[in-house]
Amino acid sequence: MHSVLLVAAAFLAAAVEMVEALTIVLAVGVTRGWRSAGWGVAAALLALTGIIGALGPAIANLPIDDLRLVVGTVLLIFGLQWLRKAILRSSGLKAQHDEDAIYRAEIEALRDGGGRRVHDWYAFTVAFKGVFLEGLEVAFIVVTFGGAQKNVGLAAIGAAAALVVVLIAGVIAHAPLSRVPENSLKFGVGIMLSAFGIFWAAEGAGVSWPGADASLLGVIGIVILLSFGLVAVMRRAAPRGIAAVT
Amino acid sequence: MKWLSQFGRFWYDFIVGDDWTIAAAVVAVVALTAAVAHSGHLAWPILPIGVALVLTASVWRVLRSERRASTPPAADGPHASENGGAR
Repeated sequence: MHSVLLVAAAFLAAAVEMVEALTIVLAVGVTRGWRSAGWGVAAALLALTGIIGALGPAIANLPIDDLRLVVGTVLLIFGLQWLRKAILRSSGLKAQHDEDAIYRAEIEALRDGGGRRVHDWYAFTVAFKGVFLEGLEVAFIVVTFGGAQKNVGLAAIGAAAALVVVLIAGVIAHAPLSRVPENSLKFGVGIMLSAFGIFWAAEGAGVSWPGADASLLGVIGIVILLSFGLVAVMRRAAPRGIAAVT
Repeated sequence: MKWLSQFGRFWYDFIVGDDWTIAAAVVAVVALTAAVAHSGHLAWPILPIGVALVLTASVWRVLRSERRASTPPAADGPHASENGGAR
């Protein structure tokens, strides 16, 4: 059960980052051509491979309790930020994350960039930046999830499955990436990251959970109840017709 | 140097995000959990309860500021009020 949750958490978290990267790459490829965008993607993947290769072993050698404390705390902070945004979006206090709008804005910005496409460094840089930053986030998720559970391979399987699914979704949909319900995905990711963060940070701090690993399900349940409870309360309490903020 | 600051900003935005008080409060609650756990007392409820309070406070602050922003400005003094009433 624990392994399934680990793969699911890595899958969801990685999928969100990959959808963001794919949105940028599609926008660059469609408007400026695929060649430079492709080089940007390839360079970013190469840089990511080097960084993951350099950091991976160092993280694996860390003492597990210290690792859980640090990773759990960081995940909890990171997860609560996602959860906070998801709650604000679901309760109408923040604009929904619209991939179509991002795609259109990206295309407009690229067109405004102008210039001839001799050696399109603009497309290269934008694609590189998108894939590198989002890829780094995926690597962070895989290494931290997997490292804390002493099973980086399993977390990597989750991320690899997400890559396959997102690539297939991207090829099929090609442009309207909002078909992937990213807002719902982010809500789920926020819940999982926060729950894993609470569990690992507490274990790293020296806590013995009642029921050991099985208590993770209880923690997930608590976070779900808290999140949906906050959404319900905020929906009722939010002033009507407020201007959504992005 | 610019790259270093951008790198730092990326990680700051990535982890800390929009509300730095969440990060500060989480670190404080984890430290409290560790102190209680090492003193031999029951510590596991501290973090879930602390997280619930931190998240609720953060979301509540946004709600409060939105309420404030959506409240129409008050009339400018007694004259404005009188004029408005006359109409």
